[in-house]
Amino acid sequence: MSKKPTATAEKKSAPTAPAHDPALAAINARLSRDEKIELHRKMVRIRRFEERSLRAYQAKKIGGFLHLYIGQEAVAVGCCSLMGKHDHVITAYRDHGHAMAVGMDTKPLMAELYGKATGCSKGKGGSMHYFDPTRNYWGGHGIVGGQIPLGVGLAYGVKYQGNKGAAMAFMGDGAVNQGAVHEAYNLASLWQLPVIFVIENNGYSMGTSQERSSAGALAKRAEGYDMAWGVCDGHDVYEVRATMDHFLRLAREESKPAVVEIRTYRYRGHSVADPDNTYRSKQEIEEYRRTKDPIQVFQNRLVAERVLDEALIEKIDTEARAEADAAADFSEASPYPTPDDIQKDVYWEADNPSERKSEGRLFFD
Amino acid sequence: MPQFTYREAIRHALAEELARDKNVVVMGEEVAQFNGAYKVTEGLLAKFGPSRVVDTPISEAGFIGMGIGASMLGVRPVMELMFWSFYSVAFDQILNNAANVRYMSGGQINCPIVIRGPANGGTNVGATHSHTPENVLANHPGVKVVVPSTAYDAKGLLKSAIRDNDPVFFLENTMLYGEKGEIPEAEYLIPLGKADVKREGTDLTIVTYGRCVLHSLAAAAILEKEHDVSVEVVDLRSIRPLDIDTVLKSVAKTHRVLIVEEQKPFASVGSQLAYMIQREAFDELDGPIHRLATIDAPAIYSPPVETEQLPNPQRVLKAALAAVA
Repeated sequence: MSKKPTATAEKKSAPTAPAHDPALAAINARLSRDEKIELHRKMVRIRRFEERSLRAYQAKKIGGFLHLYIGQEAVAVGCCSLMGKHDHVITAYRDHGHAMAVGMDTKPLMAELYGKATGCSKGKGGSMHYFDPTRNYWGGHGIVGGQIPLGVGLAYGVKYQGNKGAAMAFMGDGAVNQGAVHEAYNLASLWQLPVIFVIENNGYSMGTSQERSSAGALAKRAEGYDMAWGVCDGHDVYEVRATMDHFLRLAREESKPAVVEIRTYRYRGHSVADPDNTYRSKQEIEEYRRTKDPIQVFQNRLVAERVLDEALIEKIDTEARAEADAAADFSEASPYPTPDDIQKDVYWEADNPSERKSEGRLFFD
Repeated sequence: MPQFTYREAIRHALAEELARDKNVVVMGEEVAQFNGAYKVTEGLLAKFGPSRVVDTPISEAGFIGMGIGASMLGVRPVMELMFWSFYSVAFDQILNNAANVRYMSGGQINCPIVIRGPANGGTNVGATHSHTPENVLANHPGVKVVVPSTAYDAKGLLKSAIRDNDPVFFLENTMLYGEKGEIPEAEYLIPLGKADVKREGTDLTIVTYGRCVLHSLAAAAILEKEHDVSVEVVDLRSIRPLDIDTVLKSVAKTHRVLIVEEQKPFASVGSQLAYMIQREAFDELDGPIHRLATIDAPAIYSPPVETEQLPNPQRVLKAALAAVA
């Protein structure tokens, strides 16, 4: 695993090339004590939320799929901590971490899992379909790679509207072999759109390892599209921030797209329906937990920096557990949507009847 | 009143909306420099420039998905599919993303995109290029589906489609691009979901849309003249939303129904219409509902035989006589 970001030839023209020690990169060096604590707190809150949602799933409070983000927290938190007013995020179905990283509240997130009317999508989307356009968060998409052209469209919109911003289009390592992803790469480079394609490489596309599913290096495929690319360690939130800051600046300031592979690991199965006993060893998971856990790595760093101490660590963790429990209690107490709600939010016109211009039937029975 | 072709009518609608709203962008394969594969967008690049009229690579999943993403931010892309037949390579973008994003987000996100292009057989291009997917599209709640038959309708409906806040799929017809019709000089809009009685009659209602409206009108003239049968032709214009009330009103007048469509019969638009008519006007019917569709096989290449596979005036005439027998 590379400890050093391997930016390509673009490195020369980079506004701020990642420092050798990512903690010393300007984007990290200027973090205040509170900002560092907040990065840590966000990762802990995501993990406790995910653990609580798993318990709710096991208690049969949640239907469908549940793709947990445990182990990957530094990726979403690091990337989304860099967002400015005109930056946008879109991701796939393992979307809880990004939702919390952009600042969504845990109560409507948990309630969405419970299928309740108080959910962030009113119980209509479920685990894979979280959205919050007020925070420039555009989902939460279920089809592998299908969200990536939309991410290019967000970048197109930013550029067309004359704003300085960038879109981060997240995908897993399994998505890189989808045709839509390659079509999106080509458009982004052809039209120099400000989009960063972020490959969250957790090593497995469902139960198939990278070696068994993808030919060659993942991010390097960007070269074929004449795009910049980089690889970084996703267990270190400082390194994620340093690397992404570099490419985000290129996107915002020079409208340059890039592909960034962030190496990470998930401790849980692909979804909770995955018994996780066929394609990797328990020892492998334990080794990651022991040596590379993103929360532990950053916690150790902040203790060394004298930002965190035992008491504060304990306090943050206790509060995160309480927050997750409160979200579950809120969800439990919330009402389900009613059958009358099923046909709402289908058409803008049907939901805004006073402004409807069309005639005729929109719904059928 | 000045006469314009169906092609020109669509072009004028695009030009007027590009001039009216800076959020409108026309995109597609060959729409700009090449002036359009079917010359629908001819001259738009010269008039509006390359940021408003954009050539895309042959990459439907990529650029349609890109348009959907841009529309979520308030851009109003009007995307051309050179043929609607190519929707299959962008199916996930069109029918998972555009159709569902409003719903899955609990109404937080709109997708004001228009996807337009021809969807028809009759041009001897074989099965892959001759699809008529209006039934497939309309099967997805969240989308609107429009199929204009005349130049006048095409212009007024397209302008409404571009101003609509929901995704609208606009299905044209290469066989109609050269058909002329009267178009007023003053601006006009036609609301989606409003059928148009193209010919009044008393003995038989033909419910149809798209190019089959022309076939039906041609057959109706012969039926009147040679068979003393008075046919009312109802042009749906829009499949979803659907103006079933105009259909039912006509059925109450004629009591006999023939559906004419350039669809394969199984689970077609006509299947849905037949269900609704029998359910809502059972007592008005003096006989079973008849249907004329494309003969149920992939589109044949052989030029004279393809004409026979599709509805045509002679086939409509025969089907109409059976329906009033």
